[in-house]
Amino acid sequence: MRIEMKGISKAFGQNRVLEGVNFTVNSGEVHALMGENGAGKSTLMNIFTGLYAKDGGTITIDGQEAHFSGPLDAEQHGISFIHQEMNNFLEMPVVDNMFLNKELHTKLGTLDDKKMRAQATHYLQELGADIDVTQPIGTLSVGRQQMIEIAKSLMTDAKIIIMDEPTAALTETEIKNLFDVVNRLKAKGVGFIYISHRMEEIFEIADKVTVMRDGVSVAEYDTKDVSMKQLVKDMVGREIGDFYPERHPEFGPVALKAEHLSEKGVFEDVSFSVREGEILAFSGLMGAGRTEIMRAIFGIDHLDSGTVEIDGKPVHIHTPADAIKAQIGFATENRKDEGLFLNDSLHDNIVLPSINGFVKHGLVDDKATNQFVEMLMKRLTVKAMGPDVTAGSLSGGNQQKVVLAKWVGSGAKVLILDEPTRGVDVGAKREIYDLMNELTARHVAIIMISSDLPEVLGMSDRIAVVYEGHITGIVPTEGATQESIMTLATGGNTNAN
Amino acid sequence: MQTKEATKKGFDFKAMLGKLGPLLALIVLIILVTVLSPGFMAPANLLNLLRQVSINAVIAFGMTFVILTGGIDLSVGSILALSGAVTASMIANGVSPAIALLGGMLLGAVFGLLNGILIAYGKAAPFIATLATMTIFRGATYVFTNGNPITGAKINDSFLFQFMGRGYLFGIPFPIIIMAVVYVILFVLLHKTAFGRKTYALGGNETAAYIAGVKTKLVTMIIYTISGLMASIAGIILTSRLSSAQPDAGTSYEMDAIAAVVLGGTSLAGGKGRIFGTLIGALIIGTLNNGMNLLGISSFYQQIVKGVVILIAVLLDRKK
Repeated sequence: MRIEMKGISKAFGQNRVLEGVNFTVNSGEVHALMGENGAGKSTLMNIFTGLYAKDGGTITIDGQEAHFSGPLDAEQHGISFIHQEMNNFLEMPVVDNMFLNKELHTKLGTLDDKKMRAQATHYLQELGADIDVTQPIGTLSVGRQQMIEIAKSLMTDAKIIIMDEPTAALTETEIKNLFDVVNRLKAKGVGFIYISHRMEEIFEIADKVTVMRDGVSVAEYDTKDVSMKQLVKDMVGREIGDFYPERHPEFGPVALKAEHLSEKGVFEDVSFSVREGEILAFSGLMGAGRTEIMRAIFGIDHLDSGTVEIDGKPVHIHTPADAIKAQIGFATENRKDEGLFLNDSLHDNIVLPSINGFVKHGLVDDKATNQFVEMLMKRLTVKAMGPDVTAGSLSGGNQQKVVLAKWVGSGAKVLILDEPTRGVDVGAKREIYDLMNELTARHVAIIMISSDLPEVLGMSDRIAVVYEGHITGIVPTEGATQESIMTLATGGNTNAN
Repeated sequence: MQTKEATKKGFDFKAMLGKLGPLLALIVLIILVTVLSPGFMAPANLLNLLRQVSINAVIAFGMTFVILTGGIDLSVGSILALSGAVTASMIANGVSPAIALLGGMLLGAVFGLLNGILIAYGKAAPFIATLATMTIFRGATYVFTNGNPITGAKINDSFLFQFMGRGYLFGIPFPIIIMAVVYVILFVLLHKTAFGRKTYALGGNETAAYIAGVKTKLVTMIIYTISGLMASIAGIILTSRLSSAQPDAGTSYEMDAIAAVVLGGTSLAGGKGRIFGTLIGALIIGTLNNGMNLLGISSFYQQIVKGVVILIAVLLDRKK
């Protein structure tokens, strides 16, 4: 089986996410799909499996044009998509999850539990997984749940299996186990589309690799013929050096000082400080506790112990409203769920944290808020038809600018930015970096959480590295390398510097 | 180019229809009823219609805030009955009518606050919390009244109390004036104050609102307090009109109020809607009731028609 996607394009509103993407996968090979967040990988796969309609281009299976009406249709054609977030019903037994919507029946029309159990067990054993199929799926590890997903794909007779970041939550042993299974199935003629950020994995498991950037497929290689360096260059699109604006920081006094912060079971004894005009990056692996520390400082979650000082004075923050009063702003990682009101206008989004300042004789001064919003949209170069369009209609980069606008507008002196450029296209990224420089030039202190190491190295003055709820080191950015940060982030020797 | 322009025009038209849809529906309905029954347009009938609408409208105005936050208040009918009964009983027992009225309203506000506390701090689902308090307040009404209507000479003789439901000001029935005043106050509160913005924010995305510094619990409590207060005002109008407090007064009034809000285009999911829509929604229900009465349609059929109208409105809303 050979599936060929040619010239695929797609736009959401005015936001063009795919432009002429080519991608081919054959039975019996593993084809990796790489690219930064927002490069269009997921959109491409969702078009492939029929979840989204494409605006242009063709998809052919063995030379014949194919058109899937939806995931179920794709599945019937032997294409199976294992999502990063597995949609299991955690309380339901393994077997019920596997046969959901595909239940087997006896001649009487009742469910044939015996047969379903036998089949489920059979498919799992074929993958070398010995799992009791009657236990609730939620009691199993993520690695085992993934095996169940693969077994499910095989049950539907999948010829091509798409895996989206399958190892993100797996342990080393589980990853090895997964790769064994992939290799075994590959030998049996199953093809894989393997989406991942992890370089080492690509070179270990993939036969071919396609790199996407900004909605375009920029290159396809046989993995054995390409270097890691080349792939990074393709993904980023330019030498990292000139991608980040230069920083000329001038530090003022300490703006925020955190001492011995602890939240039981989440982080412990976290101490750091950030000065006016400084960008302090928080680096670390996913789940290390970086976001949680900031949520607690901002009053969304609650500290069990520790103190926070702003401008040398202790502050007691119990709710975000307290934090805003202390002139802290928090642009959360999750724009859509925590940062924006997607159905509301840009005006209402931007004005909300500052709304109490616009009340005159009990009423909101609309003239003043309009001016305020207009000024901020201009200053942050938000590209939109006007302040009345809904936040949901904007591209990721512009949505992020709206989130930043509301905190800049709130007059925050300490600004916490959690993954400020995730899902943001390259051009808007640079604008956000420029804005960060402009803010620090005006004595704002920035705490930037980022999983993007080049961004951390390119845009910060110091780097705090978090590993399993502890700060394993705070190092000056000058002289730090990806390797030295990674060592700290994985709990390595803290005396490296 | 041409097609592009055409779609753009179509888009605007659709958006306008969304905003003016309820108003258009009301106008069509009024024309229809007028044609079928010319007596509808008589000033006396129109005033009568507005007076009938006032009780539901006042409750629905409060309900609009609740529904904008994505919540619901099922207890309004029971709050109406209990605060009405307490007010009537106070007057019957010689308390000054002015104090009795304020007392009844205070009671309604406190009941609403109780709902708000259960929802904000108890984290109870609004549907369940107010379902429970609906039953409790209704039961309390029966206990308080012993299951009998509260009447008495002092109720009949109090000018102030009688004026609430039966009085006229400049030839307009006083309940209509109460409705108008409440509308203006709540309109300003919703559309012109920071509290209104926070109400929309809370319904649009509670987490984002909280992180933006909105005191979501406080806002929630105030909103249910408003809803309770509105129910008690409606209770006073109703009790005054009947000159007696009935223990089963206001039964299923919450449904008419919710229907008015939804007919007015406010989304049950929260975050979207306007209080003007609710006024129109209440008028649609009122016109339907009044028109069908004029046409002599049996009340059994009236219920079916009302239900069908609500269904059509909701289905049209989905299409947008």
